[in-house]
Formats: sequence, C-alpha cells, structure tokens
Amino acid sequence: MSRQRIDFEAALQHATRSVPWAGVRHSWETTAHRAVRNDRPETNASSLEEGAMCEVLVDGHFGYAATADLSASGLRRAFERAIASTRATSAHKVHAFDDTQRPQASGKFVSPRQRDLDQTGLDEITDCLLAASKAMQISPRVVNRSARAMIIQTRVDYFSSNGSETQQQFQMADVALAATAAHGLQSQTRTWSRTGQFGGEVFDRTHLGEQAGRVARESLDLLDAENCPSGTMDLLLMPDQMMLQIHESIGHPLELDRILGDERNYAGWSFVQPADFGSLRYGSELMNVSFDPTREGQFASYAFDDAGYRADKQMLIEAGVLKRGLGALESQRRSGLAGVANFRSSSWNRAPIDRMANINLEPGADSLDALIGRVGRGVLMTTNRSWSIDDYRNKFQFGCEHGRLIQDGRLGRVVRNPNYRGVTVDFWNRLVGVGSDDSAHGTAFCGKGEPSQVIRVGHASPPCLFRGVEVFGGQS
Amino acid sequence: MSSHSFSERLRTHFDALCSDLLAQLRDGEEATVNLEAEETLFVRFNRNRVRQNTDVEQIGISLRLQSQGRTVDQARTLSGRLDSDHAALHALLARCRAELAMLPDDPNQVAMHDNGSSDEAFIGKVLAAEEVVAAVVGPAEGCDLAGLYAGGVVIRANRNSKGQNHWFSTENFFLDYSIYNGPQAVKGNYAGSHWDDAQWAVNLERSKALLPLLARPTQALKPGAYRSYLAPTAFADLIGMLGWGALSAAAWKQGRSPFKKLAEKEERLSSQLCIAQNFSMGLSPRFNSQGEVSALRLPLIQDGELANLLVSARSAKEYGLLANGATEGESPRAVDVATGTLAPADVLKELGTGLYLSNLHYLNWSDPVCARVTGMTRYACFWVQGGEIVGPINDLRWDESLYSALGSKLIALSTCAQIQPAVDTYFQRALGGSRTPGALIDAFTFTL
Repeated sequence: MSRQRIDFEAALQHATRSVPWAGVRHSWETTAHRAVRNDRPETNASSLEEGAMCEVLVDGHFGYAATADLSASGLRRAFERAIASTRATSAHKVHAFDDTQRPQASGKFVSPRQRDLDQTGLDEITDCLLAASKAMQISPRVVNRSARAMIIQTRVDYFSSNGSETQQQFQMADVALAATAAHGLQSQTRTWSRTGQFGGEVFDRTHLGEQAGRVARESLDLLDAENCPSGTMDLLLMPDQMMLQIHESIGHPLELDRILGDERNYAGWSFVQPADFGSLRYGSELMNVSFDPTREGQFASYAFDDAGYRADKQMLIEAGVLKRGLGALESQRRSGLAGVANFRSSSWNRAPIDRMANINLEPGADSLDALIGRVGRGVLMTTNRSWSIDDYRNKFQFGCEHGRLIQDGRLGRVVRNPNYRGVTVDFWNRLVGVGSDDSAHGTAFCGKGEPSQVIRVGHASPPCLFRGVEVFGGQS
Repeated sequence: MSSHSFSERLRTHFDALCSDLLAQLRDGEEATVNLEAEETLFVRFNRNRVRQNTDVEQIGISLRLQSQGRTVDQARTLSGRLDSDHAALHALLARCRAELAMLPDDPNQVAMHDNGSSDEAFIGKVLAAEEVVAAVVGPAEGCDLAGLYAGGVVIRANRNSKGQNHWFSTENFFLDYSIYNGPQAVKGNYAGSHWDDAQWAVNLERSKALLPLLARPTQALKPGAYRSYLAPTAFADLIGMLGWGALSAAAWKQGRSPFKKLAEKEERLSSQLCIAQNFSMGLSPRFNSQGEVSALRLPLIQDGELANLLVSARSAKEYGLLANGATEGESPRAVDVATGTLAPADVLKELGTGLYLSNLHYLNWSDPVCARVTGMTRYACFWVQGGEIVGPINDLRWDESLYSALGSKLIALSTCAQIQPAVDTYFQRALGGSRTPGALIDAFTFTL
C-alpha cells in the first residue's frame, strides 16, 4: 500500500491559527470488483478513492470540508472552506460542543489475515470464480450462474490539533455466489456469501466449489417446491437471516442520532425513547445483544471511530432489557445517554455520523437439532431475500430465499417464497430459543445520512427460534 | 472560486488529461474515459438548526480499456492539479494493461464507436455558505424542520478513442425537508437552478398548511383492502420499483425480472398506463457511460403493455437484441408517466372513503415472480370519509402486486403530474428525476 507524503501537521497548524481545534482524516481505499457469469468474465473494475476530510470546531460547532487535493495548498484551502462555512452556520448550531467530543487518541489497527490480499493474483481470483461458476452448471434449468468478489483495502489516518494520531488498515472481502433456476414463468435464486475482514485465504477453490454446487442444487429444489404455507406458527431463523433481523430491528432503532431526530427526513426516527434505556423489555430473557468492534475478522471491526474514540465491546441489551444506545460522543453529549464508539463515515468525502458496527446476538445453549426438536409446526428460513421496515423501526416484513417445513420436531420438505412479518418489540419477546453456535455475516451497503453514505456492518448470530409468528408464502 | 469557474477549470483539465491519455494508446487498444465531478455545499438541519455542514469538492475519473477481446475498468479520484493527475492517469493506464494480460477473453465485449458529441452547460444561482442559514431557517422559524440543503455544480463528461466527446454540467440545488407536528410530518422538496426566496416561502407555506390536518385525531386502521389515492410523490415511489430489474433486458433474459410475465404477455397493466423515458425534461444527460445517446423519448409501457425493455449494448451483444442507449445497469432514467383524467379538485370526492397517501417508504419486492411489492406509508397520510379528510393514520404496511395496483385495480391517474428531482447523495449527487401524476387505486392491500 503506497501513499504519497502529505504534511498534515502544517495544515493543522494553519487551521488552528483561526480555530481552537482542527482535525484531518486521510482515507485511502482500493476496491476491486471481479465477477464472472455463466463461465464468462462479467466485471473487472477497480477504483482508488483517496482524499482528506478537514474538520474544524468554530464557536462550539463542528464543520467539514473534503478535498482530494492533498498538496499543502490544497489542504490549506480545504481548511479555509471548512472554517468559512462553519463560521457561517455556527450561530444556528443544533448543540454546543467542545473538544472533549474529540478525545486525544493514538494507536494502530490492522485487520487479521493469513495472506495479504495484495499477494492474491488476479489470475488466481478469476480462476477461482470461474471454477465456482462451472460448479453451478448442474442442469440446463440453472440459467444464471454468477460468482463475484469485492476486495477492499483501506487505510485511514487521523490527526488532530489536540494530539491524536491513529492509523488503521483494513483488508476486507465479500465473496458471493448466485444460482438462478428457471422454468416457464417461475424462477428461483439461491445465494451464498462470505463477508468480513480477511485476506487471500478467502479464495479457497474447494470451499467455493462446494458452496456453488449446493446453491445450484437448492435453486432447483426451490423451483419444484410448493409455496410456503400461511399462518401463525413457529419460526426458526438461520444466522444469514438473523443478520438482517438484528440489523433492521435492533441496530437502527438504537442509533442515538435517529432517536435525537437527525435522520427524520431520510432514514427515519425510532420507536425507542430516551427514557427506555434501562427499563424497556425489548425481548425475552434469552436476548443478549452486543456492540462488538473487537471481534477478530468481523466486517466492521476497528480500534477507533472517526472522532478518535476508542472502540470497546459494550452490551446493548442484557437478558432482554435495553441498556445502551448506538451513539458516539456528540450524541452522548446531546442526549445524556451512554453510548459506544460508532462515529463513522463511509469515505473521505462524508462527515461521520452514528453508525452500526458489529451488532451481535450472543450465543445461547441449544444445538440446532434441539431447536428443531422444540417445534410442533413451523418453518426454518435461510438467507435474506426481501426486507422492509417502517421509519420508526416497528412494522417489518422480511422474506428469505429458502424454507424448510418443521413438523413435530422434524425437518420436512423445502418451501419457496417464505416470508414473515411482525412488530419489533412483540417479535423479540417471542424469542424462545437461542442456538449455541454463531456465525458472522455482513453487508457493505447499509445506507443512511444526509448527505447519504453506505457503511460496512457485521452481524453475528446463532440460529434463533421464535414462537407464534405470522408466516406466509408467495402467490405463484 | 465560483461554481462557474469550477466547471470551466474542470473542462480544461479534462480536455488536457484526455488528450494526453488517448495519445498514449497502442495499436489495437480502445479506451473510454468518464468524468464525474462536483462542488457541493451540504447543510443538514434538525429542529430548524444546523446539525452538520460539509463542503465537498470531488473529481472522479474512470477509464475503460479494451484490447485483444478483453475489457478492464479502472477509476480513481483526482486532485485537480494537472501534474499529479497526468501521472495518476498514466499509472491507471499501466494498471489496465497489466490486468488485461491476466484476464480471459470477454465474448460480450462491445466495440467502441464514435457515438457523437454533445455539450450542455447550465449555469444557476445557488446559495453561498453565508446565505444558507438566513435563506432556509429564517422562513421556517417556529417550525420543527429537518432536512438537507445541497447546492453547487455537478459535471458528467465522456470521451473515447474514436472521437466521441460529451460534456454536461449543471449548477443546481435541492432542499429536501420535512416539518413536524410531534410524530407526524409533512414532506416537501424545493429544487431548481436559481434559488428564489419567494418560491421557497410559497413551498414552505404549502407544507405548513397541512400541519393542522395532522393535528386531528390519529386514525388506527385495521389491515385490509382500502381504496387509496397515491399522491404524485407516493406514486413516484411505487413506479421507482421498475428500476429494480423490472425493465432490464438482462434481468429478463437471466430469469430475474419481476416483469417476466409482462414481457411474455402473460400479464398486462391498465390501458391507462403509459410510461416513457423522457430526456426532454432536461434533468439528466442523454449519454451513458459508453457515450451512447438515448432517444429523446423512449416508450417503456404503452397502454398497459410493454413497449420496450431497456437494452444496454452489452446485453444486445449477448442476447442478440437491439441496444437503446441504456446504462449497463439497465435502470430507467428520466421516467415520465402520462397523466390521466382525474382533476386535482376531484381527488377527495373520487376517493370517497379510503386512504390519501402522500409518501411511501422502504419498498422491496416480496414475491418477484408475481411483481409483488411491500412497503410502508410515511409522512402525511390520511383517512378520508365521504370525500373529507378525517385525520392522519398510524403508518400501515402494504403488500400488493404491481399487476394489480397498476393493472385491474388502477381506477384513474390525475391530470396533473409533478417532477420529483433526484435527491440521492450516495457517493455523489445524483442527476435526474421523474415526473408522475397521482393514482387512484381500488382495494390496495394493507397487511399490518
């Protein structure tokens, strides 16, 4: 990872002639998209994003200017733009801050990896994806076979006039397979993905080939399957659907900037009120949820947020009771509530806001077989396909790619188009079983903010059993 | 530096970079270069106060290199300084060549052509940082306003080694906002190329006038089928789902299109429905990232039947279709839905008893094969009885097939359409927008 020499110290000195505090976040990120479809190359696109976000504190108001001109004059000009626009708006600031929201920090973070992504050749990646594509070719009815990888290498350096200096280097990959089976007017798609902080070891040709064969077989199973039945029944969600359930109905409603109203015009508000912390029974006693940016290899692990706030594991919900929100130092100051280190930005050209990182549901005591054994009539659902929730994060409807009926404690036939709906707190209070083995999943595309930004999040969970949920299938 | 000078400086810069880069190409190499740049002031509001202000100057360039039947794309941010950007582009070209040597042949590659040249530059008058607070916050004094002001220059340009040369720059702004009465809100948007205090005041007063209706007792409705009027903003949200693969030729050929039944004439929509891609609205450039220029008007749905899918040059090559200037993602741009017969003054009377929906939220396919969509109601949505607004509703979840909502259940479209400018700001400010009328729909299905 090569970088040009940039004199941030001089830029900060220039800024602090006019303002009491200044900071600069330099971001350097390469992203490579590699994709093959039906054994042919589809996408080979790479990008390099590099720039600096210059930040100033003027009359108790933080303001920002972003530039990709990292010369001495370019940084000076960006700071002058930040100072001018912040001075022009500070009289109408939403809250008076000070530099305690930008604590002095120093340290480093490096993603774990067995083999550097830099050491993984394009020919090796292409070969691996082509092999996966070919492994999905098990029937003429599998009409679309895609294998893709997004490979991200990031370095974020942060400096401030009160002595912060942090360096964080991330290596991330999102590898995904998709098989679409079609016949007549019916079609069904089955996918698999692996998303997290790891190196070139993710391109394991044997493992990808096994997963490719499985998703292709399951797409054919779905094509021939009946629709998921409708009714109130037990619901067993696997980790790759729990990810979405946690994200939408725990992560977003607990964001303090939503609770404070910053997101009302875009992503939405929250049903959670400030007085709920410490008292709201969010779910059953089996529900324990953490903010954990320290879990090794998970997609959104880091050591410091973008304000230099050191990141630690914190419990958000314990034994079903809401304890802590997802808000960094600015939101904590505004609300008077406890929070976490989650002031994060998507890139050099966006200001940080309260974001999720790794939000995980802690494992329980039951094996998957034991959870299945407790179901009289229900459906096991795997892999998110459809997601929608209201702007207060109450009424949701989620759909999965793959369903299996459960009858009298035994897994039954495959069903297609499985969906369920519910209301957040009622749903989590129906949690009656938590598996003992979790797995981590993630997405690079959690959207939020004005101006908008997508951020990487990770969610680890075991399988979870819910009692008495409204389940339904498709029309086709 | 003024916004106008940013645009002119970038034009000179892009010309110099492209001239140098394209001159470096070797025999058998073809290249396309795209520029996406902006100079934007973002000011975010909460409680009619400033939450964050961010001044962004960004220049992004992308290079597609084709040679020996192989294709590679490389992109990067530029500094705006000629010396370092020349060096950066040379490095980009070298990386493209190195990757090409390692890639397999691309049988769906489309040869580059000179698709012509165009030059459109729109100069506007947006608010400077020192003007924003007084202009936006002043008239909204006393309101609980949340939202985003974004203003400045947005540039898209395209060149290729065959001589093609397109330039589009526009200086514009939007103020996307909502005002609150407790948990209930009215959504508004003021956008244009020249900020006008008087127009903003009128826009805001129109929104404020709805607040008393939100103060009426909230109506709790049970799930069921209700006659519903989707105001133009809500109908634009529903029509927006057509951009999620429904009109993509590749999605249809790959078994992923929610409009497969429409494409294969197993289903049809209401004969009242005519949807076109209409660039005469002037909201976005007609050229795509390959420099191909779309027809000024391309019918997509005509009298309820599919008129055209969006076909990119790559899909055309792979499936033997005729390309129509679509982007590689094959999503519609500049969507224009034809108006109907329902006069605005008659909306409540014709609705009679049912739901008036201003906005929808968080739409997604719930059963793609049946084009079924789920979503929520949001902002100012009302229960109407006997043609009179009774009060706001608690938000409802709905789940309905487009074959029904835009088909047998579509009663009427309004005579007036509204332009919804694009307010997306992911990665960069979006260009474009849509124009939609309102839609009166029978027995719209609400589930939660």
